[in-house]
Amino acid sequence: MLSLLLIIIASLFFTGIIIRTKSILSGRKGPGIFQPLKDIWRLFKKGAVYSNTSSFVFQIAPSIYFASILMAILMIPLGGHQGIISFKGDFIFFAYVLALGKFFMIVSALDTGSSFSGMGASREALYSLLAEPAFFILMSSFALLTGYTSFHEIFSTLHFGTYISYAIGALAAFVLVIIALIENSRMPIDDPKTHLELTMVHEVMILDNSGFDLGLILYGTNLKFAMYGGLIANFFLTPSYEWYFSIPIFIGVQLLFAVIVGILESFMARFRMNHNPQYIFMLTSISLLIFLGVLLVLGKIA
Amino acid sequence: MSIIICIIIVTILSTLLLTLVKESKKAYVALFAVIINVILSSFIAIPALIGSSFEQSFYGGTVFVNIPLRVDPLSAWFILLMDITVLTGILYGSQYMKAYKNQSSNLTMHFASYILNHFAMISIYIVQNSFALLCVWELMAITSFLLIIFEHHKIDTLKAGINYLIQSHISIMFMTMGFIWVNSFTGSFDFNAITTYTSTVSPAVSFLLFLCFFVAFAIKAGFVPFHTWLPYAHPTAPAHVSGVMSGVIIKLGIYGILRILLLIKGDYMAMGYFILVISVITGIYGVILAIVQHNIKKLLAYHSIENIGIIGIGIGLGCIGLGLNNFYLSFAGFGGAMLHTLNHSLFKSLLFYCAGTIYQATHTLNIERLGGLIKKMPQTTILFLIAALAICGLPPFNGFISEFLIYSGLFKGVLSGQISSTIFFITAILGLVIIGGLAMLCFTKAFGIIFLGNERHHLPENIKEAKPLMLFPKYIIVLFILLIGVLPQFVVFLVSKPALLFTGKNSILTQPIEYIQTFQFVGIGAITLILLSLMILWIKKLVTKPAIVSVSPTWGCGYKTESPKLQYTANSFVRPFRKLISPILQMNKKENKIEGVFPKQIHSETHPYDKLEAVLIDTPLMYLKGFLGKFKFLQNGKAQFYILYGMIFIFLIITLPVLVGAIFYVIELIKQI
Repeated sequence: MLSLLLIIIASLFFTGIIIRTKSILSGRKGPGIFQPLKDIWRLFKKGAVYSNTSSFVFQIAPSIYFASILMAILMIPLGGHQGIISFKGDFIFFAYVLALGKFFMIVSALDTGSSFSGMGASREALYSLLAEPAFFILMSSFALLTGYTSFHEIFSTLHFGTYISYAIGALAAFVLVIIALIENSRMPIDDPKTHLELTMVHEVMILDNSGFDLGLILYGTNLKFAMYGGLIANFFLTPSYEWYFSIPIFIGVQLLFAVIVGILESFMARFRMNHNPQYIFMLTSISLLIFLGVLLVLGKIA
Repeated sequence: MSIIICIIIVTILSTLLLTLVKESKKAYVALFAVIINVILSSFIAIPALIGSSFEQSFYGGTVFVNIPLRVDPLSAWFILLMDITVLTGILYGSQYMKAYKNQSSNLTMHFASYILNHFAMISIYIVQNSFALLCVWELMAITSFLLIIFEHHKIDTLKAGINYLIQSHISIMFMTMGFIWVNSFTGSFDFNAITTYTSTVSPAVSFLLFLCFFVAFAIKAGFVPFHTWLPYAHPTAPAHVSGVMSGVIIKLGIYGILRILLLIKGDYMAMGYFILVISVITGIYGVILAIVQHNIKKLLAYHSIENIGIIGIGIGLGCIGLGLNNFYLSFAGFGGAMLHTLNHSLFKSLLFYCAGTIYQATHTLNIERLGGLIKKMPQTTILFLIAALAICGLPPFNGFISEFLIYSGLFKGVLSGQISSTIFFITAILGLVIIGGLAMLCFTKAFGIIFLGNERHHLPENIKEAKPLMLFPKYIIVLFILLIGVLPQFVVFLVSKPALLFTGKNSILTQPIEYIQTFQFVGIGAITLILLSLMILWIKKLVTKPAIVSVSPTWGCGYKTESPKLQYTANSFVRPFRKLISPILQMNKKENKIEGVFPKQIHSETHPYDKLEAVLIDTPLMYLKGFLGKFKFLQNGKAQFYILYGMIFIFLIITLPVLVGAIFYVIELIKQI
């Protein structure tokens, strides 16, 4: 319950902090932290325009997408506190639930019949399938390291001892940050600010969404960011900490994560579209590196 | 009178009855016969699944003498899952075949084959004598060949059918070899002879025997590289036959592998690694080829190969579990494999039935020509969507349940055991994840292009939703899909019976209970997901009530002249992926160059082709043809020569014993010297 609340609170600030960081770094005054939230609130109250090509799939997809993210958040633990739903192998459920949301978003983009949306859908489908193996290998490495197969058990028994394990932790955090960036279609993969539809990935998929649906999608992105932030924070929360320690650590990690995303977006350019698959697949090799590290730590290989 | 004799009598009588009734009634005779056989076989299977195994001896005349009939939970599980699909198949097929009601003899043949095929499958699951098994297996192979070539006036259909017939006989040949091998050492045709034989020989020999059987059953199941018949046979058969073939007939191969594993004693580790590696390759290769297909039934056929791969991963995991003496693994592996067999038979048959409905409405199976069917066939769309989500293994549907069981076994396997098995398991996890992701790409393409957007090509005007009787069997399947998805603990409990056959008595009941608890949570998760979705939809309805909703054309980014031709096509949707994996693919492209200042209309086409088929089947076949061509002179069309060949043959046959005797005599002589 605690993690759900904290993640929702973090999601309220997340995009705001990213935008604030970017504006500070580029020397602009920039909007306030709550501006993205105000935009979403405005969208919630607005009416909608539906294309005459689209069908009910287009109308239910954003809601299912949002529900899938909420469902995934329900499974995130917080240090010693387990998520609302927690069982052996819950991270498999986590990944597949997110995939369900993505399935609906891709299909709804094809539902508009627009060539641009189709293009975005094609790219999103490809990138998300390439990013998936990294997450699974990462989780199986930690399952191997701790001997458990659920988020709660893994994170509550995880502790870093040797130097290699610190390296593993750092690499894991790196992989998760990149996965979060890919899943949310952020900078090195996709530029949310671009104005050219041909170079968009996620933005072009939701060109036809408006009103409440668009609000849901935008807020869904915030939630997803905070969710991955929460996941990363769990690496640094050990169950021995009391809540008055773990909550500040959680908030600190989320803040750091948002600032890092802001910095990355300020100083990096988007990759060429045909280099993206290689870049994303690189993640899998990094997570294989983590796996090797875990084998080293456990002494399975000399 | 025993149930078996009842089944035989029903089969024979209904087949005879088929020839007597009018065209329009033939389907009902078949339906009736199938229902009775389903009920009768369930009478055997349900008690066997719950606990009391069925055992009987059937007098098979002087040739077979006594055929042992046994139904253990493994057979029972497969009989029940087969019954579901065969039943929905005939329910759907009796409506589907109305389009062909003027082909009387053809229909009789078709429905008779359907009944006999069902009977043959029941027998395969029951018979425990290798000689009798070969006979019923042959019956199954021939009847399914007849089912495939229903539209035999088309040359492609006949080609696909003969391809299937040849390959299934290669499979039978390997099986015969295996059985003769065992028989020559033990003198018995009973299956238990395999156990007694393999427990006396070295593990290497039993592995070879296992390989022999594995190849036989892998051809049936469609493991890569023995899959090449499958993508031809499935698309050409009528939709309900494709559904039944993909759903249950190829699963006979899976049953065979499981049965052999249950019987054979040997090095389970080696077998497990072998199955695991070949299954990961099968899964990934199948789905990669599925993605580039444009023919929807061919796409689904390649997806069957992919799912066989997933099932195989489960079997491999189970085998390694046996080798490691880790019953947790073997339970998850075998249980997951069997559960996925059930799940695949459900959603794949549903997908094929939907494809059949689309074909009858639009007269095309080419994805690129379809589009916008959601507005004309809303129910078929929803059914296809559910099946697509299920086949991608997404919660809250049934595909997720079996994949989850296999995943959790694999993760458990990563934790326990030596480094070598850990590496294999991590590869399998990687393979399963990639398969899942690719399946999603494939089905977003299939669903999105077929049903959504606008018509991409001029389709017939009168496309209508299928008739309720045609939709009814599909809704039955959807019910099963949803039930397994939200109440997985019950079905995992059911599958634990056959799975425990493998893990043996010493694992008692503790392992399944642990899994069942986990699956209770999975079920809760699935229900929560559904409730959350409904809640958000409800909130949306409440919030947007006062808002104004308007309808306008799709935003074309400033481009005003919208046209269906501007839509993304299936080919362009998968193009980035196709470029990425181009080394694995073989795309046969026919393209004319654009020439001149005012180019004329040109035509280009692309046909994806199976590279493995080109390497493993086509090339050797070419050489074989070249070699056999040298003997063409023998076939000169003159009757005199043929009589001469006959004479020579008879002469050789008669003189052979004499010749052999002479040779032995000479050898004896030499020895004496």
